[in-house]
Amino acid sequence: MKLFFSFFTLLGIIVFTTVVFAADTINLGVAGAHSGDLASYGIPSARAAELVVANINSRGGILGKKVNVWTEDDACKPELATNTATRLISKGVHVVMGHICSGATKAALGIYKDMNIITMSPSATNPDLTQSGDYPNFFRTIASDDAQARLEVDFALNVLKLKRIAVLHDKGDYGKGLAEFARKFIQQSNKAELVLYEGITPGAVDYSAVIRKIKRSKAEAVIFGGYHPEASKLVSGMRKKRMDTLFISDDGVKDDTFIKVAKKYAEGVYATGPKDVSNNPMTIQATVEHKKKYGDDPGAFFLNAYSATLALLNAIEKSKSTNYQDIKKALQTQFVETPLGNIRFDERGDAVGVGFSMYQVKNGTYVEVK
Amino acid sequence: MMFSDTFSDSVLYFIELLLSGLTRGSIYALIALGYTMVYGIIELINFAHGEIYMIGAFTALIISGIMTMYGFAGLSVFFTAMIIAVLYSSAYGYTIEKIAYKPLRNSPRLSPLISAIGMSIFLQNYVMLAQTSDFMPFPTLIPDFECLSLIDYMIGGPELVILITTVIVMAALSILIKYTRIGKAMRATAQDKTMAMLVGIDINRMISITFIIGSALAAIAGVLIASYIGQINFYIGFIAGIKAFTAAVLGGIGSIPGAVFGGLVLGLTESFATGYVSSDYEDVFAFALLVLILIIRPSGLIGRKMTQKV
Amino acid sequence: MQTILSNIKSSLWIAGWFMLLTFPLMVVKVDTIEQKIQWRFQNMIWVGAIIFLISFLTRQFNQIKKISEKENIGQNRHRKINLIIQTFHNYKTLSLLISVLVAILFPYIVSAYQVNILTTAMIYVVLGLGLNIVVGLAGLLDLGYVAFYAVGAYGYALLNYHFQINFWMALPICAMLSALFGVALGFPVLRLRGDYLAIVTLGFGEIIRLILENWNAFSFGPSGIANIPRPPIGGFESNIQTASIFMYYLMVLMVLFTIFMVNRLQFSRIGRAWMALREDEIACQAMGIDRTKTKLLAFALGATWAGLMGAIFAAKTTFINPACFTFLESAIILSIVVLGGMGSVLGVILAAFILILLPEFLRAFSEYRMLIFGASMVLMMIFRPQGLISRDSKQYAISSH
Repeated sequence: MKLFFSFFTLLGIIVFTTVVFAADTINLGVAGAHSGDLASYGIPSARAAELVVANINSRGGILGKKVNVWTEDDACKPELATNTATRLISKGVHVVMGHICSGATKAALGIYKDMNIITMSPSATNPDLTQSGDYPNFFRTIASDDAQARLEVDFALNVLKLKRIAVLHDKGDYGKGLAEFARKFIQQSNKAELVLYEGITPGAVDYSAVIRKIKRSKAEAVIFGGYHPEASKLVSGMRKKRMDTLFISDDGVKDDTFIKVAKKYAEGVYATGPKDVSNNPMTIQATVEHKKKYGDDPGAFFLNAYSATLALLNAIEKSKSTNYQDIKKALQTQFVETPLGNIRFDERGDAVGVGFSMYQVKNGTYVEVK
Repeated sequence: MMFSDTFSDSVLYFIELLLSGLTRGSIYALIALGYTMVYGIIELINFAHGEIYMIGAFTALIISGIMTMYGFAGLSVFFTAMIIAVLYSSAYGYTIEKIAYKPLRNSPRLSPLISAIGMSIFLQNYVMLAQTSDFMPFPTLIPDFECLSLIDYMIGGPELVILITTVIVMAALSILIKYTRIGKAMRATAQDKTMAMLVGIDINRMISITFIIGSALAAIAGVLIASYIGQINFYIGFIAGIKAFTAAVLGGIGSIPGAVFGGLVLGLTESFATGYVSSDYEDVFAFALLVLILIIRPSGLIGRKMTQKV
Repeated sequence: MQTILSNIKSSLWIAGWFMLLTFPLMVVKVDTIEQKIQWRFQNMIWVGAIIFLISFLTRQFNQIKKISEKENIGQNRHRKINLIIQTFHNYKTLSLLISVLVAILFPYIVSAYQVNILTTAMIYVVLGLGLNIVVGLAGLLDLGYVAFYAVGAYGYALLNYHFQINFWMALPICAMLSALFGVALGFPVLRLRGDYLAIVTLGFGEIIRLILENWNAFSFGPSGIANIPRPPIGGFESNIQTASIFMYYLMVLMVLFTIFMVNRLQFSRIGRAWMALREDEIACQAMGIDRTKTKLLAFALGATWAGLMGAIFAAKTTFINPACFTFLESAIILSIVVLGGMGSVLGVILAAFILILLPEFLRAFSEYRMLIFGASMVLMMIFRPQGLISRDSKQYAISSH
């Protein structure tokens, strides 16, 4: 009785809130975490997309049409990600830039794949996404976990010649994935001993217990998989306890915010990141644009997202169509200038031309280690 | 994992973990006091309490930011930021009580709980939108004391301040509750609201005061932990809140010494679990401990046995 | 009796208070990294204006309500609701027919997105009804309900991964598994009362989630389990469209089944035992009801439903990870039960639709979405603390025919 009445009302509301967009615009879907505890990793990407699209529209759009951005929040939760995916599809998006978390991306990709929508993520690093071959419609502008871990471990073993390494992670999808690979590589190499393998709880009230444990393990270096907040807490904690353990980390830490937050303790920290971007004029320009519009520094994965958006829209332009096969071919054959470099994509979806190298914080900035 | 220690190393390690645990536990204790006091007086689990802790930290961040901009530094910034953070958090606590809990005082038991959860979500997003979703670095307001530089590697300035502050606060609170008129009135209200009204106590005022004190403590915890860890973000209240609430229940909800004791026990458990087992499962240990203790002592460690009248 | 002027004055004071209160967070934006401050005074004016309006209008409204209430003492509200219920009773068959028609045709009228969110809403309806057994009927405050949901989901995912057990066979297994966990939770908490019970259940929920997150070998940790197959529909080609529609119908059937079961349980002997337990535990024991069995049964049955829904959830999203099963989920399910009115089936259904569909509708507000959601929860409790359809309003006036 009441059920039927409410059903009807709901039906009416649902129908009225659906907006179907006319077909004379290019629709870009942006999906990621814009609320909840991982919001700081998703919001910069949304902003990057907006900046890129604003630039393109001011120059007349693509193929004569305006580009529309549809931003949807999935809070890095798989079920919300599927909602987001179906919603973006209902809105008629041609390509999707997202999602942010590997888990959410996996959940949504099936839906995008069925509808032949190209999806490009700036931050989903799970290797399966490109290596398993299950997702032919997926691309990304970030190195997968195993590539980064490989780089870090090789550097630790061959360049720094370390013998006792501790591997830590933040128990998250990104961090733990990377840490697992790092552990595997270290154990396979027989060149160094893995003295500690632990996960820390992000957002915990204090980390001194883990830091003391690291100290006790007499590790020469810590390889950390995770993001800059936990990294800076660990590094500050370690340095305050007079530990000069080396600290090697990943893309999530190669962020200027890390240096600004950890301040003097950031000195000497190693992190992997895309090759040589700080001098890239596009990088500088993108950062300036962000500061102008939003008033603060860009956050995590901003440049990756900026590049992803550019790559997607460029592929549409070059292939002169929004057809799945055409865009895919354009992505794989055409190079595009992005803040990360001049890139295109390989058959599996990984970015080619986004080299990764090791950086170290020297005098307050990240400097590439040759 | 190779830990070949000498005996003195082991002892040192143990002491370090102990200090870690006490520091952590003190923070939990400060926040838990707020939970336990509010529960004692209106039997409500104030889920928004963690957010008040977070707002205290943010307010301190803003004040210290302004002050450093205008050239102040050091301890003056610390104390000013602390005082203003306490004032603002108390104001928030007071306001939240008036808006979200007071109208529900005579409602079914779970309604204020849901209201609290809604308020918690609201406050988190409010701060995220009003400020930023990023992690904001918090200035080190507690200077490193020179006299400690010898044992610096073991315990630093901030940790000491946290421990000492907690002790002072708990002492002050105990004196307030036990020996002052207001304390007596609060205890009366907690025991039996109707009777308290009949003897002329303004229970609205008592409830507001409870919220104010609880929020003030949370703010102190927020400022201290922010100076210690060095970063804050709109989400820190959530996790700290759940842990502190666990601590309050562990010690016996409604009991002030219980909250402090519970906080310390929780902090020590987590610290030792991390140190001797694995950091991965530190939270599991904490909750498992809770379950264990409540099975053995259903009213918490220092809780009063609730006699049920039939 | 307050005059308009005094209302304006009080509203001004309140607006001023809020402006002062929100001053640091809303007006000042400190960038400790760049060492600069941004003063956004216009925010303060906005806060002041909005709070003033809300406060003033609320006072005026309350005043009018008080006057009208003095004249007709409260019976009005009950009478109105009864009138509505009576009307629907009169048109019973027609209403039933229309709702059945809408339910069947729904997926073909609207887009995949709406089918999807409605299916999610229905999952939460069943979850709400399941938790209703524990919280609403038996009065056991369970804050860790999501643990059983996780057991069901991971149960299906892992059984399928390791033993290739298909969906239909996995369902009863998941149900039994969750029931077992329900009993496992029930045992330690038998002696606990009220809020102690709440925190232990919360702890239990967190323990399950943390184990799933850290025990990689067993649960694949934070990366979760992907490519969980959808339920095979025997013969039909499975793509997104057909799968969503199939899920939708499956859920409709589940909802109907659950409503039926909950109704039977509510008015059965065990249902009355639960209600006795809720009202007064000692009296209940004095009447000869076995407290232990009753409590354990409540937990077990509540858990069974969560387990079933977990398996369906896993099949629907095809990917699960521990982050799907946080305390916030338990809190939302609890809110559904409370908002629905603790023990009222219809209320729970409505509340589930509102709480799950509201954030989706609010997507138009993008970043303010969760803010409005939190505020709505508070407001709904303030304005209707007894829930949408409380037990009281179920008293029907005896009609003369």
